[in-house]
Amino acid sequence: MVESRLQSRGEGSDIEIRNLYKIFGPNAAAHVDAVRNGLGKDELNAAHGHVLGLNDINLTIPSGRITVVMGLSGSGKSTLIRHINRLIDPTAGEILYEGQDIARMSQAQLLEFRRSKTAMVFQKFALMPHRTVMQNVGYGLGIRGVAEARRNEIARHWISRVGLDGFEDRYPNQLSGGMQQRVGLARALANDAEILLMDEAFSALDPLIRMEMQGILLDLQQELHKTIVFITHDLDEALRLGDKVAILRDGQLIQQGTGESIVLRPRDGYIADFVREVSRGKVIHVGTIMRRGAPVDTPVALPRTATLDEAARALTNADINRANVVDDTGRHLGVVTLAKIVAEMIAPDDSEPLEDDAVAA
Amino acid sequence: MDFVQFPEMSRGDLRSMRQAIDGGFREFTREYGPTLEAIFEPLKDLLVFIENLLITSPWILVLAVLAGLVHLIGRRFKITLGTALALLAIGYFGMWEDTMRTIAMVAVCTLVAIAVGIPVGVLMARSDRLRAVVTPVLDLMQTMPSFVYLIPVVMIFGLGKVPGVIAVVIYAIPPMIRLTDLGIRQVRPDLLEAADSFGASNWQKLTDVQMPLALPTIMAGVNQTIMMSLAMVVVASMIGVRGLGQPVLQAINNQYFTLGVMNGLAIVAIAIIFDRATQAYGKRLQKHTEAIHG
Ligand SMILES: Nc1ncnc2c1ncn2[C@@H]1O[C@H](COP(=O)(O)OP(=O)(O)OP(=O)(O)O)[C@@H](O)[C@H]1O
Ligand SMILES: [Mg+2]
Repeated sequence: MVESRLQSRGEGSDIEIRNLYKIFGPNAAAHVDAVRNGLGKDELNAAHGHVLGLNDINLTIPSGRITVVMGLSGSGKSTLIRHINRLIDPTAGEILYEGQDIARMSQAQLLEFRRSKTAMVFQKFALMPHRTVMQNVGYGLGIRGVAEARRNEIARHWISRVGLDGFEDRYPNQLSGGMQQRVGLARALANDAEILLMDEAFSALDPLIRMEMQGILLDLQQELHKTIVFITHDLDEALRLGDKVAILRDGQLIQQGTGESIVLRPRDGYIADFVREVSRGKVIHVGTIMRRGAPVDTPVALPRTATLDEAARALTNADINRANVVDDTGRHLGVVTLAKIVAEMIAPDDSEPLEDDAVAA
Repeated sequence: MDFVQFPEMSRGDLRSMRQAIDGGFREFTREYGPTLEAIFEPLKDLLVFIENLLITSPWILVLAVLAGLVHLIGRRFKITLGTALALLAIGYFGMWEDTMRTIAMVAVCTLVAIAVGIPVGVLMARSDRLRAVVTPVLDLMQTMPSFVYLIPVVMIFGLGKVPGVIAVVIYAIPPMIRLTDLGIRQVRPDLLEAADSFGASNWQKLTDVQMPLALPTIMAGVNQTIMMSLAMVVVASMIGVRGLGQPVLQAINNQYFTLGVMNGLAIVAIAIIFDRATQAYGKRLQKHTEAIHG
């Protein structure tokens, strides 16, 4: 029906992760089959002293979208994102991009791939302390052999885009954390790579600065349409940034879909714990919970993107208990009742099946 | 068998063993001595060149250039002034020429130690296996009494400048190697990961990240190497290295107290100058690598 945020946007290639396993330990390959046959993380560690990092990951990362990977500490988020530029070698499985398996690239191909296709932003910034802001931002270009004059020109552009005009000649230790991460972001963007990997990029920042950086990222993404993989353990951040959200536990992907779909129908207790604090009324839209069917006789028509909060207010103000749902053009889509809205605001409500494909697995 | 007398090797066996080893080494010396000497010839030329430059140029010019160099390295006015005063005093007390020879010697030895020590240190930082091999060798070089390795060096090269340089370098190079290794190993792994993520090759990581960040530590190694070279100058004078060490040696043999003290103080003065200048340089390098807040 409408453009899905789970689908790729623009020309680029999706990243397809297929049956990816990562086992840490000296004899990793020997244990893959046991893990395939159901050996768990704890048993593997107890019996063989190996750590199961990732367990049969299948994930499509749509191009031009922000995919957020969420999970508790130790769930394998950093391990997963480092497979995309192969800072970590997989034990088994494939990572496909533009028809090529990143896991099988030669060393030379891999360096070229990292130079031209990916850029990374780190939790602790990882700026070079002996280089100025300008030299840090130009770092990736220098690796690719771009001449200094051109490098500085590009660097200056991105320094300006992240709002650091005038700080070109400062050193990282002269900047606050928020400013340092702007440098980290500018350094990644200067590379003009399609894939942007961000491992808890904003986690070290205080809440206000963090919101500000999220805003900067969303603004830039509006025009750049990069394929962004963003790691976080903060649900609000995931819901704000993510076109697609994937949740990891103990190295396994346990749910993926839009942020809304995960809040709407958390697949198990682990995810339910994650989403418990979210205000469902602000995240879920009426379009997601409506029932299809002929228009009913009611003066209230809600746009499909109205939140449950807004819908409940509209219905109570009008003192009615049913509303029609329409799309942007005013075309009829379905019907919601006040009872259903309130039920969904309080908890997942399975009393009637969802018509939509909102709960994608 | 009683446990009072150690069951030692018989004197005859010991003698023939020593003779065999010494004989073998003498063979080696006769066979390869000239080749080795030829290899080290450029080193001698360099040393002679620097020595002559320092001794034959007008003293006022040499003094100005040395003070200028110290200022460039240290950027501290006090250190520069101290250098000029110390050199004036050295000249006044008649030790100018010996001091210049010693400075030339220390300069060449330090250059050799850097040229050999940094690559070895870099390789050591990359391979734990190499490190396991090199570390005991360095321990040996530092603890073996220097007179002992003077023997084979003199057997191969005779008396003179080249064996002097080799003996001093053997003595002074371990901190250079150790601190290069340490400096490179200390580079934060997250910076190397960042370099990797941008597709840096090993060489690019070394030149753009590891060396610059290890430089303050490496400079501490250079500083220690200079200090140890200076300390070795007196010992090296025993095998014919001219400079401030020789008068000291003379003073010991003839009990000339004042001569000994004066030349000793000149060595101390040079040591302090080198030390303060290189330390100030090291501090300057560290300015931006300290305390990252965030
Ligand atoms: N090099 C390694 N050797 C052994 N085990 C490892 C290694 N790297 C990660 N692990 C293990 O793999 C699992 C996943 O680690 P990972 O760093 O990916 O977690 P994470 O989700 O990023 O956690 P955090 O939120 O703390 O960053 C953990 O159990 C961790 O101990
Ligand atoms: Mg992590």
